[in-house]
Amino acid sequence: MKRIKAVSMLSVSIGTILFASSAAFAAGPAASGIDSGDTAWLLLSAALVLLMTPALGFFYGGMVRQKNVLGTIMHSFWTLCLVSVIWVLWGYSISFGPSIHGLIGDLSWFGLNGVGLGSSPLGSPKVPHLAFMAFQCMFAVITPALITGAFAERMKFSAFTIFIVLWSTFVYAPVAHWVWNPHGWLSTLGALDFAGGTVVHLNAGVAALVAALVMGKRKGYLETPMMPHNIGYTVLGASLLWFGWFGFNAGSAITSGGLAALAFVTTNTATAAAALAWAFTEWAHKGRATVLGAASGAVAGLVAVTPTAGFVTPMAAIAVGGIAGFICYIAVNLRPKLGYDDSLDVVGVHGLGGFWGAIATGIFASPLVNPAGRGLLYGNPHQVIIQFEACGATIIWSGFATYVILKVIDAIIGLRVSEKDEEMGLDLSQHEESGYNLS
Amino acid sequence: MKMVHAVIKHMRLDSVQKALMKIDVHGVTLTEAKGFGRQKGHMEVYRGVEYEVRFLPKVKLEIATPDEKLEEVIDAIKSAAFTGEIGDGKIFVFDLLDVIRIRTGERGEEAI
Repeated sequence: MKRIKAVSMLSVSIGTILFASSAAFAAGPAASGIDSGDTAWLLLSAALVLLMTPALGFFYGGMVRQKNVLGTIMHSFWTLCLVSVIWVLWGYSISFGPSIHGLIGDLSWFGLNGVGLGSSPLGSPKVPHLAFMAFQCMFAVITPALITGAFAERMKFSAFTIFIVLWSTFVYAPVAHWVWNPHGWLSTLGALDFAGGTVVHLNAGVAALVAALVMGKRKGYLETPMMPHNIGYTVLGASLLWFGWFGFNAGSAITSGGLAALAFVTTNTATAAAALAWAFTEWAHKGRATVLGAASGAVAGLVAVTPTAGFVTPMAAIAVGGIAGFICYIAVNLRPKLGYDDSLDVVGVHGLGGFWGAIATGIFASPLVNPAGRGLLYGNPHQVIIQFEACGATIIWSGFATYVILKVIDAIIGLRVSEKDEEMGLDLSQHEESGYNLS
Repeated sequence: MKMVHAVIKHMRLDSVQKALMKIDVHGVTLTEAKGFGRQKGHMEVYRGVEYEVRFLPKVKLEIATPDEKLEEVIDAIKSAAFTGEIGDGKIFVFDLLDVIRIRTGERGEEAI
């Protein structure tokens, strides 16, 4: 009897903790000013962006060798699981919570305390705060997943797990705060970043460069063949990324109106232009347009149009995407000569593409399509300088903090799998599974 | 008895199989194989990194035959696998010591 009583007491107290924020929830449906169209589009967009992370797993998974396909897909899938929980616990609060000097949010929204069904204090008052939180969660998920391409085929799974927890807490959250929290210091400076070129892509690209340098090359890099084992997976992943990116960019309008339509059109146009530019460039350069090239070009275009999407005309999107496809092709071709093994070209595609997109926003932003942005071509050269400042701050912080995080993990448990495990492949050595058991 | 190993192109497999059936060959074992000969390999390029692919995919057929049927088998494979281009493949012939049919225990030519 006594024991039952104790258990029920315990469950009551757990219930009290779990529903501590129920006051905020109760405020929900009755709250006025929620727009059903905006909310529907935002929730759907969040689901679209969610799809991008497993899609990235397939994009990367096709490019590695057969023995690492599961380990690579797992990097994305595992990140989706880890960051979804971190975001609810503390990630959202330190990214978007009440600002401490524009540098970082405080912990007052820990466990989504006070984040409820009512009107959102951020983004748009016409959507529930929970919907805005969920949408932002998906961005926090995909950003660290992007980095995984840099250390594919050689990272220890335990070290990887710790890396994702630390990186999303100490790198992603502060940078998201600077750019997207209205009190963040880059936001008050006037930097334009429609859907996360700096926060997501440049940030991940810089972290990828640092990770590739700290981790070192794969065993036998440039000596033994490391061909993509299933380019069909890569194209499937790129296509699903493209699809999900409509949520990423058009969803970032946080409204289902004209701005979302603009971002939708610029996203599609820039992506197609970039795929064409990449493939035509390699056709001219190497004599063949490759499937991997078209898929890679599409992703470069998606990256570059991310900060630009809601600020430029569809015609400008062709230039943004076309230039992205061209320069990312050059960068990726230079990689073997640069001496580091960024295995799946996160630096060349996301780093450079994100950087170009940020600068392109400063050049092409048109007040005629969106009064919030005026770029160089519309008489405001200063915007380009602000864009450079935002990029510079991201590069410095992401580079420094990623380096420290990796060095600490390396000192404590080691980042790399043993040579024997690397030879065996991550699927067997880290997960005791094989990607293909066909017979 | 002789053992014939024929390494041929995938695209000729179907016509070789038909030619062998026409001369009443009772059994063939097939293996997906890789190798190089005079054809050498080819280049593949992935995101600017070039790889020389030296081993090309081929099919290897194994056929056991009585001595008197050997030339017939060789001719059938030779004509059906022929395209005239480099990389058509090769036929290897060995002496075969014995054959045993596991189900019945028959041995020698009876078991082929």
